[in-house]
Amino acid sequence: MIPIQHFLVLGAILFALGVYGVLARRSAVLILMSVELMLQAVSINFVAFAAYLAPQEFRGLIFAIFVITVAAAEVGLALAIVLRLFRNRATANVDEVDTLRW
Amino acid sequence: MTLEEGIFYVVAAVTALGGLGVVLARNVVYAALFLIVALLGVAGIFLLLAAEFLAIVQVLIYGAAVTILVLFVLMLTRARDVPQRVDSPQRPLAFLLASALLGLLVTAIVTTDWAALGASEQIHLVPAQELGRSLFRNWSVPFEVASLVLIVALVGAVILARVEEGEE
Repeated sequence: MIPIQHFLVLGAILFALGVYGVLARRSAVLILMSVELMLQAVSINFVAFAAYLAPQEFRGLIFAIFVITVAAAEVGLALAIVLRLFRNRATANVDEVDTLRW
Repeated sequence: MTLEEGIFYVVAAVTALGGLGVVLARNVVYAALFLIVALLGVAGIFLLLAAEFLAIVQVLIYGAAVTILVLFVLMLTRARDVPQRVDSPQRPLAFLLASALLGLLVTAIVTTDWAALGASEQIHLVPAQELGRSLFRNWSVPFEVASLVLIVALVGAVILARVEEGEE
């Protein structure tokens, strides 16, 4: 059998990759993709905990379903904002959108 | 090494490499394609965790809808015309922070005594019927709230993205 740690380590790797992507990328779309990676890591953790720790209640599975739902809404909204940004400022790079920067 | 473990390591390697491609690819379209690989890999992980319903949802929503949406926006924002520099100057700092976080998480995972927390050796199968029954009985209020969130988000997205009269 695969021990639970293996799944959790995979989740940790994906989450760290997502953190790196969010911090290191310039394009808003790429940042959004890295956020998706982080959400996936969280889903893996939820499902692994549901499968190993609380098999009778499967709250983790329900939670993962809601994570996917909210992530879908988030992607739709965020990409619309990126489109609007591109139309207004002709760029999709977050470091060039610095009007509010002090 | 059993067959199951072998499959797990292959799927996990594919997922991690896909994730690596997402954050390292120079070309943004390649990054989006790597994202598809990573998301399908996660669907495989869900299958190994005996969550077959989630795996199907993952393929339908992420493998298809989300990635198509991302590729569309990459096309509409003319990602290819953007100069080569896709990484920000704070890259070394980001690498440092991400590896520190990874080290912390892995240490926490390895040092925790999972057996004492009641972790079983076996993965328990959850029938999709049970899941659906629980979703519509015990969790029906969050379910309805989620549908409200979806409709508000999508109407908002349409209003944000549409071209208004007199624009362009």
